[in-house]
Amino acid sequence: MKNKLALLGAICIAILILLGAFAPLIAPKRPDEQNIIERIKAPSSKHILGTDDLGRDVLSRMLYSARISLSVGIVAVLIAIILGTLIGMLSGYFGGVTDTILMRFVDVMLCFPTFFLLLMVLAFLEPSILNIIIVIGLTAWPGLARIVRAEVLSIKQRDFISASKLLATSKTRIFLMHILPNIIGPILVAATLGVGDAILAESGLSFLGLGVQPPDASWGQILSAGKEYIHIAWWLSVFPGVAILITVLSFNLLGEGIREKLNPKK
Amino acid sequence: MSYSKNFKFISALLLAVIFLQSCGVNNTKKNYSVTKDRKPDTGDAYVSAMLGDATILNPLLSQDSSSGQINSYIFNGLLKYNKDLTIVGDLANSWNISKSGKEIIFNLRKNVFWHDGKPFTANDVKFTYEKLIDPTVKTPYSADYTLVKKFTVIGPYTIKIQYSKTFAGALESWMMGIIPKHIFENTDINTNPANRAPIGTGPYIFQNWKTDEKITLKANDKYYDGRPYISKYYFRVIPDQSVQFLELRQNNIDEMSLSPDQWNSYPEFFTNYNKFNYPSFSYVYLGFNLTREPFNNKTIRKALAYAINKKEIIDGVLLGMGTPATGPFVPQHWAFNIKVKDYPYDPSYSLKLLKSSGYTLNPSDGYLWKNNKRFEFGIITNQGNKVRELSAQIIQAQLKKIGVKVNIRIVEWSSFISQFINKKDFDTVLLGWSLSRDPDQFVIWNSKMTGENQYNFVSYNNPEVDKLLNEGRETFNITQRKIIYNKIHEILANDLPYIFLYYPQAMPVIHKRFIGPEVAAAGLGWNSNFWWSPKENQKYKLSWDN
Amino acid sequence: MFSYILKRLLQMVPILIGITIITFAAMHFAPGNPASLATDMNLKASSQTHERLIKLYGLDKPWDKQYFSWLKRVAKLDFGDSFKDGRPAIKKILERLPASILLNFLSLFLIFAIAIPIGVISAIKRNTLTDKALTFFVFIGYAMPAFWFALLLMLLFGLKLGWLPISGLHSINYSDLSFIDKVLDVSKHLILPVCASALTGMASLARYTRTSMIEALSQNFIKTAYAKGLSENKIIFRHALRNALLPIITIAGLSLPALIGGGFIFETIFAYPGMGRLGFDAIMARDYPVIMATATIAAFLTLIGNLLADISYFIADPRIRHGKK
Repeated sequence: MKNKLALLGAICIAILILLGAFAPLIAPKRPDEQNIIERIKAPSSKHILGTDDLGRDVLSRMLYSARISLSVGIVAVLIAIILGTLIGMLSGYFGGVTDTILMRFVDVMLCFPTFFLLLMVLAFLEPSILNIIIVIGLTAWPGLARIVRAEVLSIKQRDFISASKLLATSKTRIFLMHILPNIIGPILVAATLGVGDAILAESGLSFLGLGVQPPDASWGQILSAGKEYIHIAWWLSVFPGVAILITVLSFNLLGEGIREKLNPKK
Repeated sequence: MSYSKNFKFISALLLAVIFLQSCGVNNTKKNYSVTKDRKPDTGDAYVSAMLGDATILNPLLSQDSSSGQINSYIFNGLLKYNKDLTIVGDLANSWNISKSGKEIIFNLRKNVFWHDGKPFTANDVKFTYEKLIDPTVKTPYSADYTLVKKFTVIGPYTIKIQYSKTFAGALESWMMGIIPKHIFENTDINTNPANRAPIGTGPYIFQNWKTDEKITLKANDKYYDGRPYISKYYFRVIPDQSVQFLELRQNNIDEMSLSPDQWNSYPEFFTNYNKFNYPSFSYVYLGFNLTREPFNNKTIRKALAYAINKKEIIDGVLLGMGTPATGPFVPQHWAFNIKVKDYPYDPSYSLKLLKSSGYTLNPSDGYLWKNNKRFEFGIITNQGNKVRELSAQIIQAQLKKIGVKVNIRIVEWSSFISQFINKKDFDTVLLGWSLSRDPDQFVIWNSKMTGENQYNFVSYNNPEVDKLLNEGRETFNITQRKIIYNKIHEILANDLPYIFLYYPQAMPVIHKRFIGPEVAAAGLGWNSNFWWSPKENQKYKLSWDN
Repeated sequence: MFSYILKRLLQMVPILIGITIITFAAMHFAPGNPASLATDMNLKASSQTHERLIKLYGLDKPWDKQYFSWLKRVAKLDFGDSFKDGRPAIKKILERLPASILLNFLSLFLIFAIAIPIGVISAIKRNTLTDKALTFFVFIGYAMPAFWFALLLMLLFGLKLGWLPISGLHSINYSDLSFIDKVLDVSKHLILPVCASALTGMASLARYTRTSMIEALSQNFIKTAYAKGLSENKIIFRHALRNALLPIITIAGLSLPALIGGGFIFETIFAYPGMGRLGFDAIMARDYPVIMATATIAAFLTLIGNLLADISYFIADPRIRHGKK
């Protein structure tokens, strides 16, 4: 059924995270170990995924960059979740002036082409990993805030909230017991899709030269560097591209699966 | 359901197509040779690719290479370099330098016309000069022209230029493109629409500019040196180098500057192209911030010089297409001192020097330490230059072997300049200099040129070099200048404000149908006006051609 | 209806101001200024030149003065002159706007043409193999790094098969072609960029259509229609689809910023002369007037897109029109 695909996605993600976490143990070579004589060699028994333009083992680099690509995606989304949930809830719960001001701000943020903002900030500051994570997170929270606010609004209408209010339950209690459990679902969906988006955004930034900087590597960086050698080193383009594809796909399938589970319909 | 059937059908078709792929590119062997006494044909078009669109087609205002390249077809200077890098006349027929060296008289050509038909005269030159020193004109090139004491128009085709001090770079400065007075006078030169539709005297006339797409030039029938044979030039904007290479492989562009790896690609890619390989007029270096420890210590700089294996960098990054550098001049230049020896790769000697300076190896992390500090420093370089990025990474690995830790930082260009170079906030920098033909390098090495936005950002200070630089500027005598610059070369190699890394080769390819490209001391384009394409090979047969 | 539109237009004003404040602030606290760029690393320039250029560009005035004087001019669509070549920023944008609009419009059209049928079929054939295959197909397009996909398309259709041009918008001999050939030429050049843009961007619409259609199909009135004995096609297309399409219209308006955003990558790699590349080049060159102009206009177009989506929703959905919201 549908859930099988989501399960597949979850398993892939788990494997990727494990590969990244245990990279130092699994990787056959250090990711920065250069060997000029061995540069641009096709996949072989010595180098399972081939070597890059400085003779570094691609498999090792891919394993270490799994860490970076995944952290960029996950941490950026975490930032977005924290900010988005906070603002969405404040807006939805308190309503009135707070709501109007916050939502105007969200509207303004949503009008900008996200990528344009990313480019501007990273071009003006430096494209360090930290900056990339922060700026992707900062461009992703508005969308999330809207979703959270909508959920909070719909929950507010429901009877049991009014009942609780009548019973003079503390605001915190209402929040923790009623609102929070109900918004976790949509947040989770947005989060999983968001990780995929963040990884794709980083690869787009790498293509334009504003992604993770060498000698650090993310898959996007290896892929972007590899396009210079498309004619003589297909492995530098295929493997990182496929890695990104599988990762983003897995996150998307997982997200879709969660979404289906939340909205069962006959 | 019909949709899913269609879907399956289309995917099957796609698969079939992929398997049945024919070679869509026509790379059949064609004979491009011509008999020796054949007269050149006119016609055809030359398609060139540029990474960015031109900005301003006005030689006084533009600073990007795209604009510069196109301007060189549309405008002329008073002088130019010929095949052997001798200065010859362009718009000037002849010139005379006074004995004192402070006065030059130029005799201008009489049969030159602007592209709109008006005649070229000395007034145009005076006008150009006045604009170059005009503070309201947004030109970055004024420095050389403010040295002029007096500019006099003696006759319609004669001018006299007087300097307060002899200025050896004067002749080269008059290679600047001359702009038409009758177009620009009484207008704001910065915003004059002629910057988008230029009028010049050059071999090609501006025809069309499709923003961000392409610029078209056509041959000038009335060019003083004869109409060029190639009828049209197209400059296409293709911002990505790998896409440029794809276009090259599809024979859609006629020339491209290749990276070493592209140059070494499968020969089948180039059946229709001629590959050229010659030394460029530039060098790449690692510059030290001489105001920072430990780079203020010459022994340390020497030690690092011995620890860098230039051959490995050249082999790894340039694929062998470059030569190790020994100083601030390129080997093909007359100022180059062949007696200066390079530092050999000797890591054990390097280690000895470092140890004698107080460094000891710390077995726990494998690095050298002194006074409880690890020997660690940063290299910064600018983004967008693959060769420099890779060079920095190789140096990092090489220095690690002797226990020195290097951190690389690749910075976007304008931040690079404003935040690091101008503020002198760096340890070392990996950069290159593209050299002018005149060997004067006052702006780079003079001890006073250390202000913000000036080029002695490493803070080099050697009074002897200062003296030599001044002497070199103030005489036209090449023999004398050679002695002076040889000495400078020697001193700089010894002082090591930079580790001079390598001289890269230029690696362009040009489509075989063009007869004429020939590598000389001046490079490749010195005779581009005389390149031609035999009628039977012409690719672009366009109706407008006569 | 007029009052609705008016209300929405008024709501747009504070958003527009917010947009300009944010772009201005972002740029102003950024390192690097254009005078430096003009003179840096150019052996023929000097630092006196640098000072001159600072005065010339007005970079020494206090920033709030700069903002307000700029704001006044923006109201007249005067964004100032580009630092790069001195031409009015608005002119540079208008030059490239048609090309960008063409690309985005065609992409949107293709997205609609492919995503909606896919969504509908997925909904009808819910949980079957077809549904899963279509889901997979849609997600794969989305999960690919955009420039990678573009390069692969170029390699296959441009180089290996030689069917389509690799980059650019016109052939070299464009000006010599007849009108029909001109149209064909531009179309050929548009195929790859539009396909790349559409195939990577249709996922959300396809999924949304699917969800919306599933919801519509499960409504009571559909069951009634079945009971009445109406033909299957009629049910799907006449009744369910119409209801499902309403929310889709809103999504379409919201897809606009994503298309404009993705433009940077596709325009660069396909050498397409659009607004995205103009914005990117301006950012790299610290061309302040053009950056501000691009950001403002892009945001403005997005606002318009949302407004149109809202209005069409308003027109289409009688419930809203008659005040039930």
